[in-house]
Amino acid sequence: MKNTLEKIASFFVVIVLPVLVIYLTIHFGLHRNEAHKPVVSLKSETTPKVNHGEFEILQQAFINPKDVTAACLSCHNKRDDELMQSTHWLWEREADIPGRGVVKIGKMNIHNNFCTGAQGNNGSCMRCHIGYGWEDETFDFNDANNIDCLVCHDKTDTYLKQKGMAGWPATEATATAEFPVPDYNLVAANVGYPDRDNCGVCHFYGGGGNNVKHGDLEEALFHTNRKVDVHMGEDGPNMVCVDCHEAPNHNIKGRSYSVSANNTNRLHCYECHTETPHNDAILDYHNNKIACQTCHIPVYAKVNATTLYWDWSTAGRRDENGNPIKEYDADHNYSYLSIKGHFVFDNMVTPEYYWFNGTVDHVLNDDTINESPVQINRLFGSYADTNAKIWPVKVHRGKQAFDPINKQLLSVKLFAHEKGQGAFWEDLEWEEAIKQGMEYNKRNWSGEYDFIETEVYWPLNHMVSVKEETLSCKDCHIREKGRLENLNDFYLPGRDYNKLLDFSGFAIIIFSLIGVIVHAVLRIL
Amino acid sequence: MEYKKQYLYSKFERFWHWTQMLLVLLLTLTGFEIHGNYHIFGFENSVRLHNASAWSFMGLALVSIFWMLVSRQYLNFIPTRKKLKEQIQYYTSGIFKGMPHPTHKTLYNKLNPLQRITYAGLLILIFPVQIITGLAYMYYHYPQNPIDASGLTLAVYAHTIGAFMVIAFVIVHVYMTTTGYSVSANVKAMISGYEKEPETENATETIKENHNN
Repeated sequence: MKNTLEKIASFFVVIVLPVLVIYLTIHFGLHRNEAHKPVVSLKSETTPKVNHGEFEILQQAFINPKDVTAACLSCHNKRDDELMQSTHWLWEREADIPGRGVVKIGKMNIHNNFCTGAQGNNGSCMRCHIGYGWEDETFDFNDANNIDCLVCHDKTDTYLKQKGMAGWPATEATATAEFPVPDYNLVAANVGYPDRDNCGVCHFYGGGGNNVKHGDLEEALFHTNRKVDVHMGEDGPNMVCVDCHEAPNHNIKGRSYSVSANNTNRLHCYECHTETPHNDAILDYHNNKIACQTCHIPVYAKVNATTLYWDWSTAGRRDENGNPIKEYDADHNYSYLSIKGHFVFDNMVTPEYYWFNGTVDHVLNDDTINESPVQINRLFGSYADTNAKIWPVKVHRGKQAFDPINKQLLSVKLFAHEKGQGAFWEDLEWEEAIKQGMEYNKRNWSGEYDFIETEVYWPLNHMVSVKEETLSCKDCHIREKGRLENLNDFYLPGRDYNKLLDFSGFAIIIFSLIGVIVHAVLRIL
Repeated sequence: MEYKKQYLYSKFERFWHWTQMLLVLLLTLTGFEIHGNYHIFGFENSVRLHNASAWSFMGLALVSIFWMLVSRQYLNFIPTRKKLKEQIQYYTSGIFKGMPHPTHKTLYNKLNPLQRITYAGLLILIFPVQIITGLAYMYYHYPQNPIDASGLTLAVYAHTIGAFMVIAFVIVHVYMTTTGYSVSANVKAMISGYEKEPETENATETIKENHNN
């Protein structure tokens, strides 16, 4: 009897209890909490709607849109002060850049490797300025009536700034089928909180075409689904830009990482999603060093292609009749344009990954170039930087004009209304286009030009994927070909190991095995 | 030869041993998957199971430390040089000639001098290093402040070395179970608690020696 009891006790302590411990360990170990669901009320849904059509001042016979602005400001006083402080108006900001100090930078003066620079191409580029008629340096930034209220607040989708007109809508003299004269009374009667059309008309087409610049902002977002953008999907929360990019006093939150140098007034996922969105310790602590975007934007340019490469050095070719050439790739994207050079477009692109602390350097007019490729907007950050996180980035590579003697990026005049004014897009002549571009920007040019490789970085923020398509552990925690294979300033579990240590470790295991086998054989013999 | 059957391993010790065996097995399997050597559970499951089994392991360790102090069984793990030479000679030559074991197990002397050194090494070196570096990896994320541990690379290397040592220990340990008075005697003892051992006078002496330590 005692023997039987002891056997039962042994069975219990040797098998039942240990297995129970392991079962509980596995059970609780694999348990994963449900992620937090953000509870937010969208401002666009809560804004009171006012029938502007009832206001007499908006029923006058408008001819000049500046009169509409004056009418707006007659009630919405002080709004002009707010707007005239905004980056949408000034196109520049003071920024304190490490190694450079305080500089004024913005679209006003920085270079890029798309159309390379706005200044001197005002007719075309300044179409997306929130003002009327920034044709040259004489534009009056202090005239409140130069503000274009309608481009952001028109809810009829009929108000358009005309192409090539430096921000003016069409007039009786310039109207075309594509750009008719706006019905100002209709538009003024239907103003409201900006929707995705108002923002997208500029922000989706930066660089001269749909999705050329961002890669994650494009016209597919006018009407989209959750799979393309989990926030903006019409089958999901159906959010518009300003639901996140709130604009108290016209100071819009969420400055673009590619243009704005300082890490201020950014927009963060945690503002809605909290800092522990996964409700899971292992996943949540990744956010110490990894931006939400890294896992949740596994691919960009999900619908239409984005520009990945733009080679200005081949621009200017003509066919045998002396006419400009257009060539297309298999997906009907431009592959060559005489006025712009060679392109590589692609969609469903895998991002590249960089350490980024929110601060960006920019190559300025007077900077001497000592490197190739030129990092036009270098992202600051490293593993050792406590503020830096790993970000998904669209890298736009290209070749553009530079001065090989002065070692500076060149400003080029691309746009003019007609031939013979020195604009490259009209005349396809580099020398005159550079000469005029540099003159407009009051810069010295040696008279020589060449083309240099450049890179521009676009940290990705939009087109957040549904959770099922989020990156999984193995996308990074893997020995070979992980997404982070180029970030080597830290130890990444699953990817990294010490060759000597592992070799020695396995050698010890093998020697132990050989040792016990030899010992056993000797005992048997 | 006369055999006596003595009760060596209490219920708790046997529970401790076999639970620890399963936990070490789980830790090793998941650990080397995290290390990138193979795919069994999946990386995420491996991480979660590794963390969970680490917690169970630490819990068990706490309970057993308490138990060892209360039951004075910690005495078994204090290294001694007494009969160390004889023990080495036994394993390197005597065992092949069928010579008797130079030491004998009793309740307070379950481990021979070589085992004492090995187990003490495990308990005061390998396990603490694994626990400290493991906890660091769980909780001292991306260390820069207050101490810059340069990405815990050293902690990771130490943890990896510890893992290799544990495997080497397990290989030798499992083999050594066959070197008792019969091939299965040691394993049976760890299951039933009782071990058969030849009756000698030596045994009582060893108890006294160790109590005096």
